[in-house]
Amino acid sequence: MTDKKKTTIVLFSGDYDKAMAAYIIANGAAAYDHEVTIFHTFWGLNALRKEEIISVKKGTMERMFDKMMPRGADKMGLSKMNFAGFGPKMIKDVMKKHNAMPLPQLIEMANEQDVKLVACTMTMDLLGLQQEELLDNIEYAGVAAYLADAEDGNVNLFI
Amino acid sequence: MKINIDQVLDAKGLACPMPIVKTKKAINALESGQVLEIHTTDKGAKNDLSAWAKSGGHELLKHEVENDVLKFWIKKG
Repeated sequence: MTDKKKTTIVLFSGDYDKAMAAYIIANGAAAYDHEVTIFHTFWGLNALRKEEIISVKKGTMERMFDKMMPRGADKMGLSKMNFAGFGPKMIKDVMKKHNAMPLPQLIEMANEQDVKLVACTMTMDLLGLQQEELLDNIEYAGVAAYLADAEDGNVNLFI
Repeated sequence: MKINIDQVLDAKGLACPMPIVKTKKAINALESGQVLEIHTTDKGAKNDLSAWAKSGGHELLKHEVENDVLKFWIKKG
């Protein structure tokens, strides 16, 4: 195969359902033999958080963000009908019934398919997230690296 | 027309995007000209697989519906 096509996705949202859509498209694009990049910024960074508590040095504000943001993909809420956390439980039940893949597995699958997962370092700083707290096998970059991938891309989404 | 099948992929019960992800993996393992038979229950598979095959340079030889199972035969390009 010569010159692979490229799909680039900005995942800005920290909602479970929106992140699911992003990762389903990413996995589909990888199956289309595209080079796929998901650039996680702002709340989308939470999809990359490890579930366990990692002790790193943080200031007061950073500790507040730390506590208030979902620790990992599985803890994220829904963009609609979240019902204070009851919504995700309902949707996960329905997903199981229909054999839809849960978000953590979609992320794993993306990793297996060599989807490039990128964390935006500027927003990591804002939210007080450190590399130790995020999944292994991801890259760290800023807007220029994202644009380098996107400027000769074929599919580009902001979610 | 008799099709020689080189491999059968059972993707029944799997939801989007898994049928296409599994098909891609299975096709990767085949040689050009070999045929993959796919079984799926995902209603979107007809459009998904024909578009995917076309884009990847593979040939969708045939598809049929048997009860609730959709069957496809794709020849690797």
